[in-house]
Amino acid sequence: MSRQELIRTVNLTKIYPSGDQPITALRDVNLVLSGGEFAGLVGPSGSGKTTLLNIVGSLDTPTSGSAVVLGEKIETLSHKKAAALRNHHIGFIFQTFNLLPVYTVYENVEFPLLLLGMTPTARRKAVRDALAWVGLADREKSRPAQLSGGQSQRVAIARAVVKKPDLVLADEPTANLDAENSHHILETMEAINHDLGTTFLFSTHDDKVIRHLRRKITLIDGRVADDEIKPA
Amino acid sequence: MIIPKLAFRNLIGNGAKTWLNALVLSLSFVAIIWGQSLFEGMDKEMSKVTIDQQAGGGQYWAGAYDPYDPLTIDDAPRTIPADLAAAASAGRAVPILIVTGTIYPNGRMTTALLKGVDPGQKILKLPFGRLGGSESGVNVPGLIGTRMAKSAGLKKGDTVTVRWRTASGTFDAADIEIVDLFETQVQTVDVGQIWMPLDALQKMTGRRGEATVITLPTGIEAEPSFPGWTFQGYDVLLKDIKNLVQAKSLGFSIFYTTLMALALLAIFNTQILSIWHRRREIGTLIALGMPRGRVIGLFTLEGAMLSILAAAVGAVYGLPLLIYMARHGWVLPSGQADSYGLALGKAIYPAYSGGLVVATTLIVLAATTIVSFLPTRKIVTLKPTDALKGKWS
Repeated sequence: MSRQELIRTVNLTKIYPSGDQPITALRDVNLVLSGGEFAGLVGPSGSGKTTLLNIVGSLDTPTSGSAVVLGEKIETLSHKKAAALRNHHIGFIFQTFNLLPVYTVYENVEFPLLLLGMTPTARRKAVRDALAWVGLADREKSRPAQLSGGQSQRVAIARAVVKKPDLVLADEPTANLDAENSHHILETMEAINHDLGTTFLFSTHDDKVIRHLRRKITLIDGRVADDEIKPA
Repeated sequence: MIIPKLAFRNLIGNGAKTWLNALVLSLSFVAIIWGQSLFEGMDKEMSKVTIDQQAGGGQYWAGAYDPYDPLTIDDAPRTIPADLAAAASAGRAVPILIVTGTIYPNGRMTTALLKGVDPGQKILKLPFGRLGGSESGVNVPGLIGTRMAKSAGLKKGDTVTVRWRTASGTFDAADIEIVDLFETQVQTVDVGQIWMPLDALQKMTGRRGEATVITLPTGIEAEPSFPGWTFQGYDVLLKDIKNLVQAKSLGFSIFYTTLMALALLAIFNTQILSIWHRRREIGTLIALGMPRGRVIGLFTLEGAMLSILAAAVGAVYGLPLLIYMARHGWVLPSGQADSYGLALGKAIYPAYSGGLVVATTLIVLAATTIVSFLPTRKIVTLKPTDALKGKWS
């Protein structure tokens, strides 16, 4: 399990323009995340969890301060370089699954590998491995519309981890799932974190998720209010 | 190769919407190919029949002869050059003497062109042989087309009085017996004309050894330099046909341009709706690491691929239709071609060419690609964080 530094934010601030009163989503956030962590950003709605996740995922840029992810300064990355960073090193899991509706389960999981330009043989093996991790090896020909919420989220996890990224960013991954499915999903992610050493960073206010976290970073009004590491 | 693969998956995955657009676009494909092939067929047929019955392999025109200027006709005839006379004797040229005259059919008076031609000629495919031989006892036999017969109220066996001006400027007259009628698609060898033996007309007009037009057979190299004679090739002789076909073709192009505009509008609309409905998907693609340029490429190619699908759909029902048309032709309503002034038969046979199919495909492909690309430029302005939430920034 790698302990190298993956994420470092320094005085990270994000302000959204909104008429006369701009909204400050993040204020001077200083954070370091290392390889292999299973960490979560917790806090109430509007506390800046998703904003921080988006900046770390190079989907957004800070207004001021700095965010360095895998050695890349997010605030200076071009669209193309940001896309390459996400493509090679970052996996995303979304609250609403965001599966591509016209693709089968297999094709959805295969998609990031197509972007990476992997050979068909390597792709096939990686996709089948990923589907096996999430327990959906028998549903590879199904379409997203034919899956339950729990199954859809497991496909999304398989898609996020199929390329064995350094970092997986999961935005409220259990928000649309019942307790049993949430439990299975979290177990799956913990197993992947353990077996592959993949770093997970969640954004959540779900107690079920929080109980599984090994590190809990609490955000309130865009500031880091608490950073708690559970003893091993 | 990933973009074409993904575009194909998306296109097929869109189901009925894709097939409906492809069907509408395929109508444009088939209509353009059918329409243009009709005009190509029309052009070919009219050119062929005009070459067969009038233009031959080109013509020498005497002096200032201009078929569209009646004032030049009577002064135009010249002595046939010795070389061309020898060629005519050998059946390798057809001299035609043209003189203006007045005829008096059924007590009326009307102008007509008197045209003298050798009844034994084999170059022009008109039944001039009926002017010679069997009509014994007829002083001056005349042959007219069915249109002339109808307009002048003449029929086979009728005698009509003809008056003309001789080479010396005096007027003379004679009765001509209509020995037969002929049918032709070429109005310019029929309307307002009476054909008679060349010798007879030369004698009547005092223009022995003279002609106005000398027609050569096809495939013979013209000798363009005879003093007092000008060689006219197809650029002049078939110019009217080309202009006519071009004018008709332009009119038809409005029809298929409208059809194509409708198809392109449908594609444009589909693309806009598609980008609007799929903004969450666009956000996901960007989040998964697809650069915006490739997302634009993907959506553009999806639209462009519609034209390929449309070509395939068009081939399914268009090929049998086009093959049927090529075999049976497009039958024109009775007399319609005549009323248009076209040298056409009862049906138009479309002529298809590889160039036509390739050009049509390229035009449709280019147009589809452009209308597919235009709406995708919106993607550049889309913030991935908003797109992931299904918002449009």
